[in-house]
Amino acid sequence: MWSWVLHRITGIAIFFFLLVHVLDTALIRVSPEAYNAVIGTYKNPIMGIGEVALVGAVAYHAYNGLRIILVDVWSWATRHQRQLWWGVIGLWLVTMLAFTPRHLMSVFAEIGGGH
Amino acid sequence: MSTAAIADPRAPRTAPRRKGPNLEKWGWIYMRASGVLLVILIFGHLFVNLMLGEGIHGLDFAFVAGKFASPFWQWWDVLMLWLALIHGANGMRTIVNDYVTHDGTRRILVWALWLSAGFLILLGTLVVFTFDPCQGVIESGVMWETCQAQ
Repeated sequence: MWSWVLHRITGIAIFFFLLVHVLDTALIRVSPEAYNAVIGTYKNPIMGIGEVALVGAVAYHAYNGLRIILVDVWSWATRHQRQLWWGVIGLWLVTMLAFTPRHLMSVFAEIGGGH
Repeated sequence: MSTAAIADPRAPRTAPRRKGPNLEKWGWIYMRASGVLLVILIFGHLFVNLMLGEGIHGLDFAFVAGKFASPFWQWWDVLMLWLALIHGANGMRTIVNDYVTHDGTRRILVWALWLSAGFLILLGTLVVFTFDPCQGVIESGVMWETCQAQ
């Protein structure tokens, strides 16, 4: 059940981010200054932590989505869906360990230093 | 909460609908097919934009202008836009159908989902294919020199 709850929550979060993200990227068509001003807010440390949460949501939704496909089409996966979910969690941890330090170092390196 | 929608357990079985395409089945297939493609497209998007080079600090107008100068990234982004918004709107439709019991409210919300997805697909596609780096430059702006040289 928790796999399903998390799939819904991450899906909703990603959907709302997507709505905003298409709009902020559309500013590229307005002017360089408008785009840089808005994209600059994504480099703020609070947003940086938000981006880790976003990537975490995307990675969970992606891996669990692939698990759902396997469970649907492959009877072995249907029987082992619970173990596969732990595989999803493991893969998610590996992804986050690869992404989080690199991203936060980049985000926090700029504090006080300017650009 | 309405209980009238749930049939009596001993009610005679109603024949399945036969006419027309089974849209729910196609929706089910779409979620899986687009999902697999989106994993590739979004992981590629995140890796190139956040992990390579300077990471998030490399993201600015020049970075995106450089990507949109290549048809490869134009099509990558447009494909991602269409697949993701339809996948997201259809997923949200499933959630609305599950939790919104008032039929009028449910219809309005589902309609609003497709309207916003449609609007953003149109906007995003136009932005990607009509992008011109010298559009909207101002004399005091960062792109003025470059654009005067053309």
